[in-house]
Amino acid sequence: MEQLTHLKELEAESIYILREVAAQFEKPCILFSGGKDSIVLTYLAYKAFYPSKLPFPLVHIDTGHNFPETLTYRDDLVSKLGAELIVGYVQDSIDQGKVVEEKGYSASRNKLQTVTLLDTLAEHKFDCACGGARRDEEKARAKERIFSHRDEFGQWNPKNQRPELWDLYNAKKDVGEHFRAFPISNWTELDVWQYIYQEGIELPSLYYTHRRKCFLRDGQWLAAEPAVIPRRETEVVEEKEVRCRTIGDITCTGLTLSRAHSIEDIIAEIASSRITERGGRADDKRSETAMEDRKKQGYF
Amino acid sequence: MKLLRFSTAGSVDDGKSTLIGRLLYDSKSIFEDQMEEAERASKNRGNEEVNLALLTDGLRAEREQGITIDVAYRYFATPKRKFIIADTPGHIQYTRNMVTGASTTDLAIILIDARHGVVEQTVRHSWLVSLLGIKEIVVCVNKMDLAGYDQAVFSKIEGDYLKMVRQFSETNVTFIPISAKLGDNVVNASDNMPWYAGKTLLDFLETVQVSGPAGDSFRMWVQWVVRPISAKWPDFRGYAGRICQGEIKVGDRICVQPSGISSVVTGIMIGEQSFDTARQGQSVTITLADDIDISRGDLIAAAGLPQPEISNLVEIDVCWFRSSALVPGKRYIIRHATQEVQGIVKEICYRVNVSTLEKEYGVDSLTMNDIARVRLKTADPLVYEYYKDNRNMGSLIFIEPGTNDTVGAGMIVPEEL
Repeated sequence: MEQLTHLKELEAESIYILREVAAQFEKPCILFSGGKDSIVLTYLAYKAFYPSKLPFPLVHIDTGHNFPETLTYRDDLVSKLGAELIVGYVQDSIDQGKVVEEKGYSASRNKLQTVTLLDTLAEHKFDCACGGARRDEEKARAKERIFSHRDEFGQWNPKNQRPELWDLYNAKKDVGEHFRAFPISNWTELDVWQYIYQEGIELPSLYYTHRRKCFLRDGQWLAAEPAVIPRRETEVVEEKEVRCRTIGDITCTGLTLSRAHSIEDIIAEIASSRITERGGRADDKRSETAMEDRKKQGYF
Repeated sequence: MKLLRFSTAGSVDDGKSTLIGRLLYDSKSIFEDQMEEAERASKNRGNEEVNLALLTDGLRAEREQGITIDVAYRYFATPKRKFIIADTPGHIQYTRNMVTGASTTDLAIILIDARHGVVEQTVRHSWLVSLLGIKEIVVCVNKMDLAGYDQAVFSKIEGDYLKMVRQFSETNVTFIPISAKLGDNVVNASDNMPWYAGKTLLDFLETVQVSGPAGDSFRMWVQWVVRPISAKWPDFRGYAGRICQGEIKVGDRICVQPSGISSVVTGIMIGEQSFDTARQGQSVTITLADDIDISRGDLIAAAGLPQPEISNLVEIDVCWFRSSALVPGKRYIIRHATQEVQGIVKEICYRVNVSTLEKEYGVDSLTMNDIARVRLKTADPLVYEYYKDNRNMGSLIFIEPGTNDTVGAGMIVPEEL
């Protein structure tokens, strides 16, 4: 029998995983960041359960440093899908004294969101949070299971992961423990873009080339507007034609100089790129095993 | 474009990481920042050359100890095909990780050092790969540069390997003489071995056809019942699942197992789109003509013959993952497809010594990395086919109550009488 195309096969696998999540957990949710991966994930979930509505809410952890385009997109999508949206605010965690804000020019709330995330999951008693992480993104993620068990503190134990064979996922856990599930684990960046193109999925405008005031730091362009990142005096603001290759919060989203105005342009640009998409992510450059260390703390 | 999932097994000494590094690098799948990071990390460790293993060994403990502990998944594409590599550790104490990695693949690459030939590890890996029902093996005879690119060396290994593997497997085997370090026959054909007329490794991976399940009779496990109960869809009732064998058309007669009730397919959907047909690999939602009782764990099969087996006593090859022993009579949760039942092992028939492949009888418990033939009894009957005919229909895992851990994996086999 003729094999499916790679996009059809990946789509079918992800839909299968999303249905296993819905069936095996009591109260799952989708972590929605407004980035293309979580958008594709939400779209796949819509397909998996149609004509039912999504059987789980979208959860957004808002660092307070978001591009306004992301929030507009999020709210439009939620109303279009008739989905439920739950927002956890990092500002609340700061105000409650649960976390202390980083200081200095490279300060980011990226690390702080772990606390807000775990609190939000606990408050709503979610037992599984589905994310749009992919194994090709980063070397610690390359080793993570599709159903990833977290202990009572939300921690990942990379040395003792549950064996995961075939497509048999084990969601058993004790009270207080929870899981992260990664339905698009096996997709690559290019797969995501090809799928967005094939399905005609709408994206936030940030992904397309636009003029923006930015500045250069350590070889990376960062957004000067909205004015969230504190600048050194030597860092000069210039207006450039840029786009985001990934979208995190403003402090950790690198901007790429680009002329890509359509999805076809973006696919061509990525296919010829020699830098990974996380190459522009400040949060990963902090140490060799930065991602593993954050994941052990309960990060996404 | 089509997808090929394959595994690589072996230790660092075999040049496995170098081979993967070479495949990724020569196919331009390693990015500058990844390479720079590997260079930086190599330098920090005092290595003189860039250690390509650092591209795949991601965990802190792996980097510190210089070994691969867990399965790493790597992705690359050429204009002809997309590839997913399950890069698995080779040491005997990580047999379980190798089994995990190989379980989702269709092809296995086995590395042999040209200077050492077929060794104990080669036997173990080949046997595990065949146990997991992988139907294509590529034997890469590596380090040919250190063996003078000698055809006689290659031919001897070819002969020895076939003699060994045919004792237990009819798997297709392809042999390629390579030097992962220098690139001979990995992506580019070698000038040093004009006597080799076959394909390079990448060329072979791009063109090999892998076979799916043996049968073509429609099979789909129900994962989820779609019931919107909305104004627009007041009576909609759809059965969602992934087709694990065959094809289905609107109008086809189906039979639900284990109940045996039959009905007719009235619709096939993927998202908002409706289709007249769907086939193996697709995740669909199916509607039926009759309002019958179907729930998660049931199998929807084509009506008529052949129907799957139904029994609460099966024989399986089991691979044990944890130090918490498998003991006959102990109760486990068995997850088979979308079904979950209680099960106990009635009897351990024999254990296989994974180094010598000898059967050891009179064994009363199994521990980590053991592989054995056992008889499993379940509280409710399993609907199944043999693993060798269809992996989805014949695979299961053992979950330990109390720890909730996945402690073992089983493959249903024909009874040995």
